[in-house]
Parts: sequence; structure tokens; C-alpha cells
Amino acid sequence: MELSTLWFLLIAVLWTGYLALEGFDFGVGLLTRRFARDDTERRVLINTIGPVWDGNEVWVITAVGATFAAFPEWYSTAWSAYYLPLLLILLALIGRGLAFEYRAKGDTDSWRRRWDLVIFAGSAVPAFVWGVILAGFVQGLPLDAGHDFVGGWADLVTPYTLLGGVVTLALALLHGAHYVALKTVGDIRVRARRLAGRLAVPVVVVLAWFLGWTLLRDDTPSWPAAAGALVAVTAVAAGATATGRGREGWAFVATFAAVAGTAVALFAALFPEVLPSTLDAADGLTTANASSSDYTLTVMTWVAVPFVPVVLIYQSWVYWMFRKRIGVQHIS
Amino acid sequence: MDVLDLARWQFGITTVVHFFFVPFTISMAFLVAIMQSVWMRTKSERWLRLTKFFGKLLLINLAVGVVTGLVQEFQFGMNWSDFSRFVGDVFGAPLAMEALLAFYLESVFVGVWIFGWGRIPPKIHLATIWVTAFGTLLSAYFILAANSFMQNPVGYEIDEEAGRAELTDIWAVLTNKVLLITFPHTIFAAFMVGGGVVAAVAMWHLVRGARNPEDASPGRPSDAGAFRTALRIGAVAVLVGGIGVVITGDTQGKVMTEVQPMKMAAAEALYETEQPAPFSLFTVGTLDGSEALYSIEIPQLLSFLGTGSFEGQVEGINDLQAQYEQTYGPADYSPNVPVTYWTFRMMITMGGLAGLIALWQLWATRRGRVPTSPWALRITAVLPLLPLAGNAFGWIFTEMGRQPWLVFGLMRTESGISPSTSGTTVFVSLAAFTVLYAGLTWLWVHLLLKYARPGLPDVTPIGGDASKDDEDDDADADKPLSFAY
Repeated sequence: MELSTLWFLLIAVLWTGYLALEGFDFGVGLLTRRFARDDTERRVLINTIGPVWDGNEVWVITAVGATFAAFPEWYSTAWSAYYLPLLLILLALIGRGLAFEYRAKGDTDSWRRRWDLVIFAGSAVPAFVWGVILAGFVQGLPLDAGHDFVGGWADLVTPYTLLGGVVTLALALLHGAHYVALKTVGDIRVRARRLAGRLAVPVVVVLAWFLGWTLLRDDTPSWPAAAGALVAVTAVAAGATATGRGREGWAFVATFAAVAGTAVALFAALFPEVLPSTLDAADGLTTANASSSDYTLTVMTWVAVPFVPVVLIYQSWVYWMFRKRIGVQHIS
Repeated sequence: MDVLDLARWQFGITTVVHFFFVPFTISMAFLVAIMQSVWMRTKSERWLRLTKFFGKLLLINLAVGVVTGLVQEFQFGMNWSDFSRFVGDVFGAPLAMEALLAFYLESVFVGVWIFGWGRIPPKIHLATIWVTAFGTLLSAYFILAANSFMQNPVGYEIDEEAGRAELTDIWAVLTNKVLLITFPHTIFAAFMVGGGVVAAVAMWHLVRGARNPEDASPGRPSDAGAFRTALRIGAVAVLVGGIGVVITGDTQGKVMTEVQPMKMAAAEALYETEQPAPFSLFTVGTLDGSEALYSIEIPQLLSFLGTGSFEGQVEGINDLQAQYEQTYGPADYSPNVPVTYWTFRMMITMGGLAGLIALWQLWATRRGRVPTSPWALRITAVLPLLPLAGNAFGWIFTEMGRQPWLVFGLMRTESGISPSTSGTTVFVSLAAFTVLYAGLTWLWVHLLLKYARPGLPDVTPIGGDASKDDEDDDADADKPLSFAY
């Protein structure tokens, strides 16, 4: 296998990890608004992700860093093209990170209420905008011969990319509900299950719509893309069944698989391109013309192959360490 | 202002503010890890209280440090896409290594540290803060490797066809001579920040306690003792950091003279090559090469700083300009001299003052004494600001001193910006970041003061009771847990 292909795969894995891990903590952030009935319940929710959200967020930092190192052209073109959407994401993630740490450090209700708003918006904005950006990679952008973006808002925000945003947002919400059902006890757990059950059908609909559209963009859809799409849609349905039977662990695994299947479908539909040009196909970016030199890719492979598993091991250990359910009785 | 100026201002503002938090995190993580280790060793409650107290300040700071770091990784692509295209093959590697090898460590293990109090075995809990601290060091190393490549590009060759620099030797990038000396310089400077915070907070409590004995909470006799210990730790960290900064800075000056002589010349506003060259403490007048109106000079000092010999020759801006024109073609190759001249001096002054205050603190509290004059409080309040300012001036000096180069000798700053980005877009983002960063800096100060003011927390001894595995122990399953959020 070409090293650039390997790195495309690795970046797809890092994005998958990000969407699946921070996906549920975005979902929990979304649930703090209407779902949580009072401050105690909000604190239960926030504390279910307390020890892990920061580690989850590193997945995107690594995905972006790996893109910079392995595909500098992809990083440069996409990040300058998606300037304002990325600005929104940065503002949201900055606020959200501070909110988790600072909301309990003030004395007044209005202090907490403001941070709660930040947690909600800081979860909703990136969960949506990342979907717009990733769908945008599949859709392509108007790029000139120098690989520079020459379009405007209308090229970034299209019906297809907006639907992509709705899908990542909806998956995050469902994934988050499954996570809350798995990690809490008492009334909040029951309500999370009920919410997850109600969300399943709408999520299947938007997901199938989006993935069907993604597959139909190609004249001959690749089989990994089709398989990913199939897994994703099936997994959401399976998750609903598991929730109905009270198998919360399996339900969470199911939405994890749904997120992963969606990511596989997107990246498989993209490959071997990384950012096609909608003007002249020859000006688009591919794994071949966007990648770093073989030497750089070799060096980075030597770093990634041993250390990605190490990261997985210690991050899994943290999840195991904090595996206990929590409830309102644990909040003093 | 055009796109270039806006993008530079954005990078400057976001980076300088980010670097208020970074040295604080690096040094405070180590200082807290040391406190917790002593507590584990001695089981003395005073150390646990110090650990929790300064640990809280660490976390308030860490949160802003982490979130502002995100911006750094994104803005290379957003504002500087031609730079990223040109050097990504080399420059991206240390950034990706930082994320994979260091940032995961910090972010994952600090979460365990925050939530692990009383819930995981104490020895493992202690290990998590050490891993976090170690991760911050590793982070600094990789980020400085990327920066050092911009100061002194090594381990690459230019691929003319692709129009970019390509990595040929990662080891050369990771052992860049600029990196090997900048790393310890930065870390020592970081310890002046954390040490300054610890020493200042401890001294403030000591002096306040001595000035208003009736305010001291009854039944807490050990506060003064604990703060006295913390003061020692903090002041010693400032002094050790300060000595380290001087020693490494000396070597750094020589490396700079060798690889970036223009920066050294600009640091002194030395227009004509001199042998030996003096170092001016202070200059009134213009720094544009015309006569200084008034200047206090130490003969031969610049020669020593730059070359290690009091008789050494230091090249001046005009000669270097002529040399560079021969090599790179006609253009202006000198940085903004007033900025480099004054930031270089401010960096040294701030560090020196911080060292003096730390010395004064140790002297003023010798053998159980506590100063009670209001000046003792005022001087102490200034201490944490000095190393922070020194760090900022140092970075402004080294980045402005590299100008007009973005990557020394390879790419000029104006060639690095994103061709597709409009001035309006960058203006919006600059405005948003400026407002947001002003707000979060205010919050940071507000919360640090709020949590530094009340003094040491009460702790219930928790050593030992978490060491047993409570997996099947449901007896206390419904008891409130000590949550951090």
C-alpha cells in the first residue's frame, strides 16, 4: 500500500475516533438544555463526561495535526477555505472548554446559567459545523490551479453540506442520549432511554437520506462507502432495539458503530481524492498530489504505528477507571 | 491595514496571550506534582492542603491554556496557507508528534487527576499529575522544534518542482541547535512564572496574616507554616529558573549571533560592525542608525554576549544588509529595530526584577520574620506579572527579530499568507479573538484571585481509603462524591 493511502486511512480513523468520542460528549452538552430539569441534573450530565471530554477533543487536534504533516496541501486549502466556519468552531470549543471548568467556580445563578448556555452552544455549533465541513470535502470546492479556494459562502453551505451538518448533530444527540442512559442511574437514565427511543426514527431518516445522497454522487459508488452506509443505518436501528430491551451498553456500541459507519462512508466516497475541485477536476486535491514526501510519511508512520495503540490503551483505561454510573444522589 | 498586517496581529495577540498560560501550566504542574509527592511521602496534611490549593490554580489556568492552544494549530492553515504549503512537509511533523505523543498524555491524565481524588489508588493518582507535567514538557519540545525550524531551517531540501521544503532528516529538526538551547531557556523561564505565582500568593497570605492577626481563622495555625514553606518553594523556583535563564540565554545569544546575526545586531541597534562592541543599557533618541542622543553603554559587553570573547567582532545591521542583498537580492532585511532593541531589554529587566523580588522575599522572611509594611504587599503583587511579561517580551523579540523572514532565509512573511482570504474575513476573526481573549484573560485573573484569596482549603484526610478496590462495595455507593464540576 502507498504510504499516502495509509495516511489517508489513519486520518479517517482519527476523524472517526473524534466523531464517535467527542460526538457523545457533544450530545451530552446538547442534553443539558431541555433534557436536564434542574441544576443538579445538569451537573450529573456534565460529570458523566467530566474526566473524558478533554481527552476526546485531542482526537481532532491529532487529526488536524496529522493532516498538516501528511497532506499539507489538503490542510492549507481546506483550512483557508473554511475560514469562518472554523472560526465558529474555535470560538465554540474555547467557550465550551472554559465552561466545563469554570461553571462551578462562580457563586451566582446567573454565572452558572451563562456558562450553561455556553456549554449548549459550544456543543451544538461544532457538532453541526464539522458535519458541514466533512460533507464539503466529499462535495468539493471551487479551487483554482494553485489549489486555492475561489468561491464564497454559497459553495461552503449547500443543501448537501447542511444535511451533513444535521446528520452529525443528530448522531451526536442520539449517541449522547445512549451515553447518558449508560452512565447514570435513576430518573435521568429512564428519560434518556425514552428520548433515545424517540430519536431513533428521525435519525435513521436523515442518515439514510444523507448517506444515500453521498453514494449517489458517484456514478459507481465504492463498496466500502456502501458498506459503511449500510452499517451506519442498520446500527441506528439496532441501537433502538437494544434501548427498547434495556441493553444500554449495546445501544451505545450501536451508535458508536453508526458514527463510524458514517465516517467510513464519507471517507470512502472521498478516496482517492481529498478535496475535489468543482471547477476543473485536474485542480482537485488527491492523496497523491496533496501528500508530503515519502520520507516524511515514513517518519510519521514510525511514530504513529506504535503510539496510536498506546493512546488507545490508556484512554480506554480511563474509561474503565470511571465506569461507575452516577446519579443525583452523588451530587452534594 | 491589509490582510498581512491583520494576520500578523492575530498571530501576535493569540500567541502572546496563549503564552501567558503555557509557562504557568508547565511550571505549576511540576510544582503541584512535587507538593503531592511530599504529601504522599510525609502524610503531612499541610502538603495535601498546598497541593489542593495550588492544584486549583493550576486547573483554572490549564483550561485557558488548552483552549487557546487549539487556535494555534488551526490558524497556520486559516491565515498562513502558503506558509503551510511551503513548509508543511517539515513543519507539520513536529506538530503532529506533539498531538500524538504529548497532548493526549496531558489531556487524558489531567482528567484522571481532577476526578481521581479519593476514587483511584493514591499512587496512581500521584502518577497522573507527573505524567501530565511530563506531557507539558514534551509538548513544549515539539512546538519549539517547529519554531526553531523557522529561526534556523535544518534537515530539509528545497524541491524546486513542487515549490516546497521537504524533510530530509527529522533528527536534524529535533536536534536543531536553536531548539536545544531554546528549550531549556523556555522551561527555566516557565519556572519563573509558576514560582512567581506560588511565592507571591504565599507571601501575600503571610503578610496579610501578620498585618491582621484578628482575621486569621482560629483553629488553623498551620496556614502560616504551610505558606512559609510554599514561599520558599516559589522563591527558589524563581531564582533557579532565573539563573537557568541567564546561563541558557548566554548560550542562546551566541547561537543567535551565529545563525541569525541580524537579530543580534537588531537587539543592540548596532548599525556598524564593531570590534569590540558595547552593550547599551538605555538609549534616548532614534534607533534608525543616526546618532543616539544619549546612551549608557557597557564597553565590550555585546562582544561577550555574542561571541564569548570581550574582543569579539559583532556584525552590524548595515554590513549584514549588504551581505543579504548579495545572497537574496535587493530588499530590506532588517527587522523593526526599536521593537527588537526594547523588547530585548524589557525581557532582561523583567526577569532580573523578578529574581530580585524573590531574593527580597527570602531575606524578609528569614528565621520566622514576616514583613508587615504595605509595601511588602505591593511588591509581592507585582511578582507574578514580571516573569509573564518577560516571557512575552522574549517571544516578541525572537519573532520580530526574525522579520522580514517567516522562515529564515527561505520565505518572507508576506509570502506566507493565505491568498484566498479576504481582509474582511481576517478582520472579523481578529476582532472576535481580541474580544474573546480579553474576556478570558479577565476571567483567568478574576478566578485566580478568587481562589487564591481564601487561603488553604480544609481537607479530610483521604489517604488510604481509596486504595482498596471498591468495585463491589455498595455500602457507600450513594454517598456524594467529591466532584470537580
